[in-house]
Amino acid sequence: MYRIVSARFLAENIKKFEIEAPRIAKKRQAGQFVMLRVGESGERIPLTIAGSDPEKGTITIIAQGAGKTTRELNAKETGDTIQDIVGPLGTPSHIENFGTAVSIGGGVGTAIAYPTAVALKEAGNYVITINGARSRDMVILEDEMKSVSDEAYITTDDGSYGFHGFVTQKLQELIDSGRKIDYVLAIGPIPMMKAVAEVTRPHNIETVVSLNPIMVDGTGMCGGCRVSIGDEIKFACVDGPEFDAHKVDFSNLGDRNKIYLDEEHESYEDYRHSCNLDSHA
Amino acid sequence: METKKLTIKERMAIPRQKMPSQDPAARIGNFKEVNLGYTPELAMQEAMRCIQCKDPVCIKGCPVNIKIDEFIDLVAKGEFLAAAKKIKEDNVLPAICGRVCPQEDQCEKVCVIAKKHEPVAIGHLERFVADYERESGNIEVPKVKPPTGKKIAVIGSGPAGLSCANDLAQLGHKVVVFEALHELGGVLMYGVPEFRLPKDIVRTEIEVLKKMGVEFQNDVVVGRTITIDELIEEEGFDAVFIGVGAGLPWFMGIPGENLVGVLSANEFLTRVNLMKAYDFPENDTPVFNCKGKNVAVFGGGNTAMDAVRTAKRLGAEHAYIIYRRSEAEMPARVEEIHHAKEEGIEFLLLNNPVEFIGNDRQWLTGVKCIKMELGEPDDSGRRRPVPIKGSEYVLPINMAVISIGNGSNPLIGQTTPDIEFSKRETIVVDVNTMATSKDNVYAGGDIVTGGATVILAMGAGRTAARAIHEKLMGESHGFDEW
Repeated sequence: MYRIVSARFLAENIKKFEIEAPRIAKKRQAGQFVMLRVGESGERIPLTIAGSDPEKGTITIIAQGAGKTTRELNAKETGDTIQDIVGPLGTPSHIENFGTAVSIGGGVGTAIAYPTAVALKEAGNYVITINGARSRDMVILEDEMKSVSDEAYITTDDGSYGFHGFVTQKLQELIDSGRKIDYVLAIGPIPMMKAVAEVTRPHNIETVVSLNPIMVDGTGMCGGCRVSIGDEIKFACVDGPEFDAHKVDFSNLGDRNKIYLDEEHESYEDYRHSCNLDSHA
Repeated sequence: METKKLTIKERMAIPRQKMPSQDPAARIGNFKEVNLGYTPELAMQEAMRCIQCKDPVCIKGCPVNIKIDEFIDLVAKGEFLAAAKKIKEDNVLPAICGRVCPQEDQCEKVCVIAKKHEPVAIGHLERFVADYERESGNIEVPKVKPPTGKKIAVIGSGPAGLSCANDLAQLGHKVVVFEALHELGGVLMYGVPEFRLPKDIVRTEIEVLKKMGVEFQNDVVVGRTITIDELIEEEGFDAVFIGVGAGLPWFMGIPGENLVGVLSANEFLTRVNLMKAYDFPENDTPVFNCKGKNVAVFGGGNTAMDAVRTAKRLGAEHAYIIYRRSEAEMPARVEEIHHAKEEGIEFLLLNNPVEFIGNDRQWLTGVKCIKMELGEPDDSGRRRPVPIKGSEYVLPINMAVISIGNGSNPLIGQTTPDIEFSKRETIVVDVNTMATSKDNVYAGGDIVTGGATVILAMGAGRTAARAIHEKLMGESHGFDEW
């Protein structure tokens, strides 16, 4: 059992947890994730580690309530426990001094882009961050992103805060202004990552995305997370989760992630009824 | 009892006692164990078939050399608890081995009476004895020697790790077993289905190790959470045993393999066994909805049989085994093939998939197969399957489960470069000691042999335990006493 030492909402449905997991805290590098099981009958789900404090022995994760498991997680409070956390899994981000690096986070993807932005900054890059959200109240980690950025931009789909538009439009604007960009990291929903890849492709800018396929064990055993990267099939849990965005078959990833849509819906409805959440929905 | 009175001729006249089992029509609707086990009467009757050879070759046929003649003699006399104790001198997991060992290729294969009759049902008797002991509530907890002060890390809680941990603990060493998953037991939990090996049996056998003082830590992926070097240098372990199994599923590399509905057997079975997806939505993990669908499993081993029978139980209309060789070449246990046929599994032998076909949503709708015929023997000694030109056809299926074997997980190799791996990605060891190229690090089980059996892994765990003990204590005695 893993104890939650602090839990608070960053935005509607997006919650930040600091959890005791000393071995993982000590080992964890940017880009890695944990597999987490909330309770005894729970699913194992992958969540990227947003940060860690090796001295305190804690890791930070940020989760957006989407299905049953993430909503159950987000109902947890300080002092509660989580059944299982295993990690750190996956290959750490490849970090070097690229020159000018742009770190793009879309929605809760910002939670994953943030630790890599920190590592890019520490490696001496000129760091530009683009933090995208649907609207002002869904913007997360604004101060944290600013603190590691040489330039920080916020974009909102509805224009309620920052740049009015998508992260890709802001990125396109930077490229069009003649800025030399050496490296782009984009983490968010599949359509966003795909769109970023298309923006940078004509300019041959090295672009990396962090993929979120379905996983069971997270250690290479199930192969459920296999993704098409160029001509090769890779396991996101051990070979990734970060890959060259220009080689990723996003449409295959999107299709494969839909295999359990009906079951996910059923499970969530079941959970809603059992929690009497209908009135709040 | 009367056993002594029977002549050899009388013993051989007793027919092999059949294992009672659930009716096929009933069992395809549940996940309960297929075999129901011998009654004491059946067990004693079967035990009397053993002619107590002067040179019991069956013992040599057993990878851990269980004293088969002695335990069977005790069964024949009705001394079931004593029989359990006798087995446990050599095998820590008899309830498991009695269920999953390929006896027909080991002890029963060499049984002397098999020359004229059916062999003694050694596996069924082992299972009976272990079950009897467990159900009696008097499970033998082996005696542990005084602490040696030595600490050994065992990586992986599957058959190799458990048997290694057992032997080391009995010798007085402190043993800590590290397991990556949230449940202990490795392939016994995630791989072998409930209907073949009830999970409570695995848990009970592991409880015995806990009572002996073995410590288990779940949720630790060695190579990620901690490395082997850190275990030795920072956590003070004197030796390490690697028993992580072969866990990286192979795929076939044919077009369409990434369509929605193509899964590895590991994924399919892990969802159902470890994550209990058969009980969705009570348990949160879903599995592909097989109800009324056509499911094809590719492969001919035990895992393939487990997967196809699982699909049938999940409601598949047609559940196929597609295998490129013939039944004679199938590596699965005879009993599993027999049970599968009883359950209505359709065997498409001498068929090889060449392409998966999907719809516009990228969901699997069929597999294109080509028919094969057997040619000359290949390197494995099995006759090589050769495609028959122009025999391609499309079989409509909704789910494909790939069960053609596993490679090794790369994590240990990546993080411990001084451990030598073979070209087949298995760890290279000295077969007499299971020592790897790295000092005080040993390995055994599927990570050394590639996908093999539970009992071979257990044998390797024992060999390693003996070598570790001798290395750490500088003595070779201490083993003969138990």
